[in-house]
Amino acid sequence: MPVAFFLLVAALVPFAVGPDARLLERIGGGALWIAALTAALLPIERLVEPDRADGVLDQLRLHGVAEESIGAAKIAGHWLSFGPLLVLAAFPGAALLGLGPEPLKRVLVSLLVGTPGLAALSVAVAALTAGLPRAGSLAGLLLLPLAVPLLIFGAAVSGTGGEGPLALEAAVSITLLAASPFVAAAAMRAART
Amino acid sequence: MSALLRLSGVACARGGRLLFKGLDLELGPGEAVHLTGPNACGKSSLIRLVAGLLRPAAGHIERSERLALADEDLALDRELPLGRALRFWNADSNGAMAAMGLAGLAEVPVRLLSAGQARRARLARVIASASPLWLLDEPLNGLDADGAERLEQAIIGHRQAGGALIAASHQPLGKGWRQLELGR
Repeated sequence: MPVAFFLLVAALVPFAVGPDARLLERIGGGALWIAALTAALLPIERLVEPDRADGVLDQLRLHGVAEESIGAAKIAGHWLSFGPLLVLAAFPGAALLGLGPEPLKRVLVSLLVGTPGLAALSVAVAALTAGLPRAGSLAGLLLLPLAVPLLIFGAAVSGTGGEGPLALEAAVSITLLAASPFVAAAAMRAART
Repeated sequence: MSALLRLSGVACARGGRLLFKGLDLELGPGEAVHLTGPNACGKSSLIRLVAGLLRPAAGHIERSERLALADEDLALDRELPLGRALRFWNADSNGAMAAMGLAGLAEVPVRLLSAGQARRARLARVIASASPLWLLDEPLNGLDADGAERLEQAIIGHRQAGGALIAASHQPLGKGWRQLELGR
């Protein structure tokens, strides 16, 4: 599903901005990153809330599993559910936007480095909004602004490349990966009634 | 024999309302407490407090061992067969499933269980956990006579092995239970 959404958004961009090949090549990386963001947002309501509602988080706590471990496991699982597929979908996605092999390589690198951070952010936001009414919209409102640094540097790596943006993208991604289990854990504990 | 559970001066507030305060309770091996009281007096809250899923507004809770909880939530993967779903929580669930009369349902997907069978599954998880302290929130809800009888046998065996339990129930639970009434 996330892959289908990703390709759909990638396919919409040429229709939206016109078939100017040079323009598409310039914005292609950024467009693919927006597609990746919206694809990562899709399953957010199912990341934490079903487990909270069904008492699974409570039972895990009673069985001695720390919420941080639950958060880390959910990040790994969420990344596996969309990360590798998105990297594969970047091939047809780049074709839809008319990107050549060099820009495609940069897109692949930026997705590989950035999607773990995106997965981490998604799980943290899912934990923060679990159990709240209209959680889906809230999650979107929370995720998209917080994903902006990742988007900026990810798009920069996809577009112009270079060591600077890559190092910054990696830094943002690693920070999100490191912090998210603790944020998600605190959110899961706070959501307990 | 050291206590399995000790509550000292525990108070509980939910939604800004103070449910109870100054609660003292000590549970040793083999003891059982029957929690009663009107609706919304704090029975489930007390159970969650003891389980560590809720923080007390005041007071101190000491637990010496692991706990097992059976409440409203099923917490079993709906797509898995019952046996596998229970084994996710405890590797050795066969004995507990047999004790609750679920042995023949091991291959049935959890989503196909009836409400009463799901109730038994929650109790089977508690039995399989081998925890010394059991917390049961309305365990008899939805159980037929056979299920209630099996639960009683499981509780007797648990207490004889040195375990303790707290059960909140509107229905009578048999002999040999200490009574604790909330909401007076």
